[in-house]
Amino acid sequence: MIEVRVFATLRQGREKISMLEAGGLRTAGDILAAMDIPREEVSILLINGFHKRPEDPVKDGDLVSLFPPVGGG
Amino acid sequence: MDRRFIRNLGALSREECALLAQKRVLVAGCGGLGGHLIELLTRVGVGAILAADADVFEESNFNRQLLSGTSVLGKSKAQTARARALDINPAVDFTAVEAYLDERSTPGLLPGCDAVLDGLDSIPARKMLARACTDAGIPLIYGAIRGWAAQAAVSMPGDGLLELLYPADAALTDKSVLSFTPALCAAMQVSLCVRLLLGRPVETGVVHYVDLLGEEYERIEFR
Repeated sequence: MIEVRVFATLRQGREKISMLEAGGLRTAGDILAAMDIPREEVSILLINGFHKRPEDPVKDGDLVSLFPPVGGG
Repeated sequence: MDRRFIRNLGALSREECALLAQKRVLVAGCGGLGGHLIELLTRVGVGAILAADADVFEESNFNRQLLSGTSVLGKSKAQTARARALDINPAVDFTAVEAYLDERSTPGLLPGCDAVLDGLDSIPARKMLARACTDAGIPLIYGAIRGWAAQAAVSMPGDGLLELLYPADAALTDKSVLSFTPALCAAMQVSLCVRLLLGRPVETGVVHYVDLLGEEYERIEFR
């Protein structure tokens, strides 16, 4: 399983924490697609606490954290 | 010692208070973040503040911008910030810059500054400011807000933090901000700035993210 945590506005219509079957999920981008999250709505993407890109691979047991852009002032 | 700052003693040493009075910072923007940044920088005793904003106050600012109110409707945000800072500390060397910060106007404001504080309200403007700080070799105290969430960090010249934080396709779909979010973010930024200015330990390239709705704090390392 891959644990996916979403933050702030990404929680609208989604659970804070989702457990996804790792089978068929090759990259972080695959997770975004599976959770119906557009790429432009993700600003910070962490895999096991390290900053990564949607192209980077994921595997069983990973923890993925997704934060939306925070850019106002 | 100036009695205005007497209650800073203890948390800061007498020498540190004197050092802050010698420091010069640029506050980019005098709106939601900027108003609180200027207030906190002035009250902690930073000696020289440049504050830049081309806008005037309008009613839609009132929910979150500390310096806004009926008495200053239509008035310059930068000049209103100057009046506020001088009311708190007449000795502050405050320069109000009534101009938009862009590639042309920003570099000329940076020489002599010890740090720059981000009070801007768009991603492209922040990236421009970060590039200008890198070119000038000056640390940027980044801060940004959205809804109930705030994030702040110290970005050192050339670390590319803002490029990592905001991928090219990152888009802001929601511009709502509540009254307490800029206050929180500015408090984080000024506390980072004070530590940086005083040479106290402060981590760079670490984003401090707080969600007041979810009651969460995350420390995100970009290394």
